[in-house]
Amino acid sequence: MEKLMLKGNEAIAEAAITAGCLHFFGYPITPQTEVAAYMARKLPKIGGVYLQAESEVAAINMVIGAAAAGVRVMTSSSSPGISLKSEGLSYLSGCDLPAVIVNIQRGGPGLGGIQPSQSDYFQATRGSGHGDYHLIVLAPGTVQEIVDLTRRAFDLADKYRVGVMLLGDGVLGQMMEPAVIGEYTPAVPAKPWALTGASGRPKNIVNSLYLDPEELERTNFERFRKYEQIRRDEVLFEEYQTEDADLVLVGYGAPGRICRNAVAAARAEGLRAGLFRPVTLYPFPSEALKKLAERAKRFISVEMSMGQMVDDVRLAIECRRPVDTCLRTGGVIHTPAEILEKIRACAKEEGLI
Amino acid sequence: MTRNMLIAGFGGQGILFAGKFIAYTALLRGKEVSWLPSYGPEMRGGTANCSVIISDEPVGSPIVLCPDILTALNLPSLDKYEEACAPGAEIFINSTLINRKGVRAGARFHYIPATKLADDAGIPKLANMVMVGAMIKRAEVCAWEDASGAMKKTVPERKKELFDANLRALEIGYNFDGSAVL
Repeated sequence: MEKLMLKGNEAIAEAAITAGCLHFFGYPITPQTEVAAYMARKLPKIGGVYLQAESEVAAINMVIGAAAAGVRVMTSSSSPGISLKSEGLSYLSGCDLPAVIVNIQRGGPGLGGIQPSQSDYFQATRGSGHGDYHLIVLAPGTVQEIVDLTRRAFDLADKYRVGVMLLGDGVLGQMMEPAVIGEYTPAVPAKPWALTGASGRPKNIVNSLYLDPEELERTNFERFRKYEQIRRDEVLFEEYQTEDADLVLVGYGAPGRICRNAVAAARAEGLRAGLFRPVTLYPFPSEALKKLAERAKRFISVEMSMGQMVDDVRLAIECRRPVDTCLRTGGVIHTPAEILEKIRACAKEEGLI
Repeated sequence: MTRNMLIAGFGGQGILFAGKFIAYTALLRGKEVSWLPSYGPEMRGGTANCSVIISDEPVGSPIVLCPDILTALNLPSLDKYEEACAPGAEIFINSTLINRKGVRAGARFHYIPATKLADDAGIPKLANMVMVGAMIKRAEVCAWEDASGAMKKTVPERKKELFDANLRALEIGYNFDGSAVL
């Protein structure tokens, strides 16, 4: 298989196509526009549909329509655009429809800026719109992982009939790295619930309106049983030098990469640091992190936000260990040096130096 | 071994392409490599830059903060990044557009009149690749043999004219001996 230099955003688009996604609805926004641009170039040539909607709200409703018709569909945006799509994400989830939503995050709140950020962690992992629901949230750290997780996103969406969000940041979207696309056989289950014309079968209804509270409660309980299974079976994470680590960095996406440099630098100074990188943010890899808390002395949540994932870290380890943060926000990216400085400070507090 | 490179200049000078080309030379040698562009408003006429990291290990941070090799196509880029360079850095200066000497202590400076060399050769848009040619020779960014392979990956072969022009620009930079008075 040939390795190509692929840009993160283009890798998302190409991987989606190889996963059988021939329907894309979106609206341009930096720093993810290459996803749409790639789809616009490719999809019409292979019998697919690329449509630039008049707004993010329109795009997500087109996604709902395509998903209800039983086809693989994706939309892509960046932070402010995802806020606009959030009403639709709630409806999509209320209808139990499978779709893939990409958020290449930029600084916020409001229009914010266009530089990389992770300040949509709460929005992504808590469901973003109103009502009782979650999206599965996948957080790639390399371009190869973008390819692999984009495909996985489609398979998971169909398997559980849920929305799956690919949560990246401006660094991952814009950078190029060697990656292999290769062959892929998508796992597409039968979709007997889809709206395909009702010829020769009873009609299907795709809807999120339940006026009977008992019935709505029942559907919500059923949906949450799915989430329980997802939390049990679909957790992904990566550990780097955690076996003997006193200090464990927790970081995903771009900071997850930068933490590797900091861990290597700390090790060179004789500090036993390690990195725990969640790959699924919902479900959060709580069990694995809790296990690390048996021996690690302190955790440091490294985020491009004012501190959002840190809550999940504390919940995971049940506050058994101190959890520090190393935070940059607004589009500013950590340097390995400042993370190393934080490691040193924590080592001092733990009496390790 | 890891080499951190920063290429910077005006938007439109082919900064990102130059970086992509270098990234491909590394990919063809089986190295780990990352490429990260600036993507802000500077792309539309200000100072654009591009980080390229070539390593034997998986690349962590793709952002070059402390370049081992800095290639400045314009003065604002040299002003902005020169002091951040690593000790002993190789600094490539487009001396057609930058009319000052480098000042970073301990660095090795290469003055390449890339814009003029490209103009004289009738390929005025390819000063970027003249600089890359000089980088290949003087900083041993890759072997010369890797260059045409990387060119095949970055310039579509159906655009033969463009392919040849880029290769010629590389050769001009590669062969520039620095003694010519310009």
